[in-house]
Amino acid sequence: MATQHSRSAARLMMAPAVILLLGWMLVPLIMTLLFSFKKYLPLRGGDLGWVGFDNYIRFVTSSAFWPSVLTTLTIVGGVLVITVVLGVFLAILLNQPMWGQGIVRILVIAPFFVMPTVSALVWKNMFMDPVNGLFAHLWKFFGAEPVAWLSEASLSSIVMIVSWQWLPFATLILLTAIQSLDSEQLEASEMDGAPKLAQFGYITLPHLGRAITVVVLIQTIFLLSIFAEIFVTTQGSFGTRTLTYLIYQRVLESQNVGLGSAGGVYAIILANIVAIFLMRMVGKNLDA
Amino acid sequence: MARSVTQKRKIINTAAAWSVGLLIFFPILWTILTSFKTEAQAISDPPVFLAFDWTLENYTVVLERSDYMRFLWNSIIIAGGSTLLGIIIAIPAAWSMAFVPSKRTKDILLWMLSTKMLPAVGVLYPIYLIFIKMGLLDSKIGLVVVLMLINLPIIVWMLYTYFKEIPGEILEAARMDGASLREEVLYVLTPMAIPGIASTVLLNVILAWNEAFWTLNLTAAKAAPLTAFIASYSSPEGLFYAKLSAASTMAIAPILILGWFSQKQLVSGLTFGAVK
Amino acid sequence: MSLKKTLYAASAFALLAGASYSETTVTIATVNNGDMIRMQGLTDDFTAQNPDIKLEWVTLEENVLRQRVTQDIAAKGGQFDVMTIGTYEVPIWGKQGWLVSLNDLPDAWDADDLLPAIRGGLTVDGELYAAPFYGESSMVMYRKDLMAAAGMEMPEAPTWDEIKAAAAAMTDKEGEVYGICLRGKAGWGENMAFLTAMSNSFGARWFDENWKPELNGAEWTATVNYYMDLMNNYGPPGASTNGFNENLSLFQQGKCGMWIDATVAASFVTNPKDSTVADQVGFALAPDNGMGKRGNWLWAWSLGIPAGSDATDAAKKFVAWATSKEYTALVASKEGWANVPPGTRTSLYENAEYAKVPFAAMTLGSINAADPTAPSVKPVPYTGVQFVAIPEFAGIATQVGQEISAALAGQQTVEQALDKAQMLTSEEMEAAGY
Repeated sequence: MATQHSRSAARLMMAPAVILLLGWMLVPLIMTLLFSFKKYLPLRGGDLGWVGFDNYIRFVTSSAFWPSVLTTLTIVGGVLVITVVLGVFLAILLNQPMWGQGIVRILVIAPFFVMPTVSALVWKNMFMDPVNGLFAHLWKFFGAEPVAWLSEASLSSIVMIVSWQWLPFATLILLTAIQSLDSEQLEASEMDGAPKLAQFGYITLPHLGRAITVVVLIQTIFLLSIFAEIFVTTQGSFGTRTLTYLIYQRVLESQNVGLGSAGGVYAIILANIVAIFLMRMVGKNLDA
Repeated sequence: MARSVTQKRKIINTAAAWSVGLLIFFPILWTILTSFKTEAQAISDPPVFLAFDWTLENYTVVLERSDYMRFLWNSIIIAGGSTLLGIIIAIPAAWSMAFVPSKRTKDILLWMLSTKMLPAVGVLYPIYLIFIKMGLLDSKIGLVVVLMLINLPIIVWMLYTYFKEIPGEILEAARMDGASLREEVLYVLTPMAIPGIASTVLLNVILAWNEAFWTLNLTAAKAAPLTAFIASYSSPEGLFYAKLSAASTMAIAPILILGWFSQKQLVSGLTFGAVK
Repeated sequence: MSLKKTLYAASAFALLAGASYSETTVTIATVNNGDMIRMQGLTDDFTAQNPDIKLEWVTLEENVLRQRVTQDIAAKGGQFDVMTIGTYEVPIWGKQGWLVSLNDLPDAWDADDLLPAIRGGLTVDGELYAAPFYGESSMVMYRKDLMAAAGMEMPEAPTWDEIKAAAAAMTDKEGEVYGICLRGKAGWGENMAFLTAMSNSFGARWFDENWKPELNGAEWTATVNYYMDLMNNYGPPGASTNGFNENLSLFQQGKCGMWIDATVAASFVTNPKDSTVADQVGFALAPDNGMGKRGNWLWAWSLGIPAGSDATDAAKKFVAWATSKEYTALVASKEGWANVPPGTRTSLYENAEYAKVPFAAMTLGSINAADPTAPSVKPVPYTGVQFVAIPEFAGIATQVGQEISAALAGQQTVEQALDKAQMLTSEEMEAAGY
């Protein structure tokens, strides 16, 4: 049982982390809130006074707002589905007996080490370019018309690039989880003559529940704010403008800090809505 | 009979796993290969895989144009520094959450994670103004602090999950023997958690190394890391695939090599409490 | 007195004595274009003349650069001593008092030698706020061999219909030769620079005299429809993501029959080291529609010094060096006349050596044909040929560019794109208080 002494010591030890994060959250947040109620145009002289909720109304009624929310959710959702499904498949595959398991694992996790900027540049220029890209050559080889990936299938292309980056992460966590699966349980079910699919559905998948939750949680946090991949590839055209990118356009391209800050507040609200869902899920699945 | 079946299965497994592995790795391999081609070969139709005149010309050009060592050094300092600082702050916090849990522990943990959802673009302006006031623009210290704060929630959470797996009785025993709190953390807990700490360090070095928004926006010349280095090669005039590939290879090589050498540690620790 | 104090005192004294003992660092933000990279390679010449000045380079891709310098100057971050900016930024920033006036550069630098059109674009109320590094307009670059094979001849001053006929004749999709390559990538400095310049020759304008946008008007609709027609029938695949660099690459590989773009591209497409068609390139003025305006723009990448810089004098020395006649001569001696930064000085075009460069005359003619103060057929309340010199334009035009880019990719019709463009422009202008 924890003593009174250790309780206060614990509080003290937690303090630096909590205070730092509180400061990191509150100071910019308060400044953002402040800006969001102002007409703040650095290129026209900076702070031009209070405007009430004008920025909020303008941001949410702009024709770009709802599509950007939808785009954000599509990218997050798409990447999550792809990485989890392929991740489970890969984890099971890598857990089988084989030659050179270590090397295969190295190959599979490699994309995780690549900077998002670099991976976006490489995919955009060397693979998805409709004239010189490798895909274009491949398509032509099979007699098909090369696809202009980043304009004709822009959203799927970005989902693909991001999935490539995050698949290793999902695979690793799921692999660790599978390795901890009780092999006796599996053998027993095999003895009972359970078909592979049922074995997967009734034993493996439930066992992976926790790991999948963790993958979803961590990835969502990172995916909600992806920026480099869009900045490098499409710059928000062809329906790839996420909420983050829309705010970027308002703050930096139009230099309308007030409007952008209002957008920032909306983004925080969206993130928190998603967070609440996630926390519910985690709370059930993860006895922290 | 049984043996031959498993042997056959092993062959199929190996073939399947290797194909998938090579497919996933292919973009990186292709980039590395292209970096050794001439610009003309880099876009030749049909593409050449290995049968080209290997050249180091692109690397020479890139090294001549930019001070690669300085970018590399800045990346090392920023990624290493922010991780180290984060670990120092996170260990006590994770310790107290794991061993002296209260009703609010879980809330605090989840709140910490939620701070990561603050959209960076939305708060760029405030942070920029603060950095100007404090004279932190284009300084490594400023970036170390920002990246530490960004990754702190992940560090705390990872450490917390490891610490929780350490049986509390051991700590009780140490306390019985008269160990102070400091000694308990330093000599009992930390050694036991070394694998966990190692993989936390690794993951955070990777995340900090690859962070491209703050590192690009808060630096100019002195503190610019490899993410800024790559930003000057993204679309120069004329043919650029080979030079881009060389610059890309140089930007990712250090972390790729580090990652591969330490992948055992990374893998063993990267569970986030997902495994019971 | 401690050692530290002594040192401080000594260095303060050195500063008073004329700063010649302490080293001044000048941080230069620049674009990763070929001419700037060449300049970076030649800095030894400058530091040999100025051993007390140290140069720090921040070389970034154009979009990243623009975002960084705008952010820095608007928030007064003071990270840079020299910024590479264009004719769009200079008048806006100069008016705000954010740039240091360069009227006091030494006489030897010879401001009167600058081309009037370029100098005018960088001057606000009589103060020169940035020194032009290279100037450009746009023109038609075409393949002489393909034109000859099609039995056609390119006039020196073609009309849009002549361009279309030539594009149709040269297109050979099987052989991967596309009649015309134009910018399709969204961005105010990408497709909108081209389209705005093109729209001038169709009689269109961004805003009427009362700042009311006219994007879904008849003239703009005609412009964009013509552009779509050219691109869809005779353009390369995936044109909606092609910017200057992508098109340059295509042209160098011999995949374009014509390319209408910046005059600086001429030195790249005629350089046998990078270009497979170097000896087959012809040049013509940007097309017109018989309405009295041609579809060519005017731009100058220039070096400006932000007002907050703590190394103004050293920065001025650098700017004067990089934009001087001597620098031009230095590049000519090392890389040949074809590679000197073009389009800024009269003396360069009077130089007999430079006159031998195949694209020299056409470049000068194009620059002189542009008039930023009266860009279109109808009167406008703004200046700028391929842009509107107001702070909001970059943001607005990039979004408009995205709508047109989406139309080019076949995701919406021209009418839909222009209606959306009109709406978002009205929204933004209203937000800015027009």
